[in-house]
Amino acid sequence: MGLTPPPGPGGEHDLFETVSPNWVTTRLDFLANWARSNSLWPMPFGTACCAIEFMATAASRYDISRFGMERMSFSPRQADVLICAGRLPFKLAPVIRRIWDQMPQPKWAISMGACASTGGIFDTYAMVQGIDTIIPVDVYVPGCPPRPEGLLYGVMLLQKKIRGESISDPSLRIEHLVQPDGLFRRPEIIDEISEPFGNSVSQTRSS
Amino acid sequence: MTEGRNGMAATALAAAHETAGAMAEQFGAAVLRTHESNGQVMVEVAADRAKAILRWLREDASQDFDYLTDVTAVEYRDPERAFEVVYQLRALARRVDLRVKVLLDPEGALQVETVTDIWAGAEWLEREVWDMFGVRFKGHADLRRILMWQTYDEGHPLRKSFPLRGHRSRSEQTRQALDANPEAHYTLEELSIAEAYHELPEEMRRRLVESGRRAAE
Ligand code: SF4
Repeated sequence: MGLTPPPGPGGEHDLFETVSPNWVTTRLDFLANWARSNSLWPMPFGTACCAIEFMATAASRYDISRFGMERMSFSPRQADVLICAGRLPFKLAPVIRRIWDQMPQPKWAISMGACASTGGIFDTYAMVQGIDTIIPVDVYVPGCPPRPEGLLYGVMLLQKKIRGESISDPSLRIEHLVQPDGLFRRPEIIDEISEPFGNSVSQTRSS
Repeated sequence: MTEGRNGMAATALAAAHETAGAMAEQFGAAVLRTHESNGQVMVEVAADRAKAILRWLREDASQDFDYLTDVTAVEYRDPERAFEVVYQLRALARRVDLRVKVLLDPEGALQVETVTDIWAGAEWLEREVWDMFGVRFKGHADLRRILMWQTYDEGHPLRKSFPLRGHRSRSEQTRQALDANPEAHYTLEELSIAEAYHELPEEMRRRLVESGRRAAE
């Protein structure tokens, strides 16, 4: 294991694309992940009742700033983690997608609450059945609404995930764009994960 | 205190009944039915005279229903009274509420005349009824969808014939939603109150200036 990483097929510029994990990269990883995981600036995307609980998490009693998240980043260009707190109607789908596209890498997303994760009680014509049909999601926080402790646990899970990342794995930073067919996932996957479950299976599709 | 409240409610109810009586006198057969339920006086009127009746309620000095609380619509599964447009009125000074209903045939053309020229506040309410129920308001200057996005083409969601989850598959709905491009339909001016300043009533503009929230011209 040498200190100089072997040059990749594309020369020097391919450094991060090609190196396998070694002492330098793991040290760099540790430093970068330590910094990133402890200064996650959230982009609060509060659309409904869950946002109230998100605000409680940000306020002094639960104090999200203990996790380096005190600076709410209302500009997506300076945000690291998008927290979707609340149900997402189809009308907001292009908005959250635009905000996600505007956030620079590295970026993560937390889906807070039953509605953001699955559509929740709103299995209707107006509601996105889980924001993971629109953007990639890293952590799902269940609950309706999740208690602040729940959201903080989700944040800690995300931090744990970030600490396991490595610069030698470029696949982590791939932009998941909307495909030319206008969708972010394959249509059959969207249809499948949007299937009714729980109480709403007994509602028929035709009125 | 409670007695005072109850007394006031009783007076308001009596006043509403009085209004209903005056309506029947003024418009005769166009006033179809009057009844009271849960402290609300409801008057059903014929669709073709509805506008004249509503205008009279607003402009007659003894009625003076100056505040339109809500315009909405209801579709029942009852063939006798299948569809109605509901106007909830209030006379602010007299503290009287009145509900006026217009019966429509859901199979026919769902159309009533706009009341935006009587109460300017009806503009968005009528847009909502159009969006959700597909009732056309004749004479409305800007009858666009207001809750659903502009390019939404699945129909009018609150109609009984509309399936709860919509007509299309979820993937198709997602595709159309992502494709909606809101900026193409709403301008920044439309979203900014600063631009609407010149259209505000004179009195409201004066108050904004006097309270220092807006520089004088
Ligand atoms: S999960 Fe519950 S609290 Fe959160 S937005 Fe949905 S309904 Fe509201």
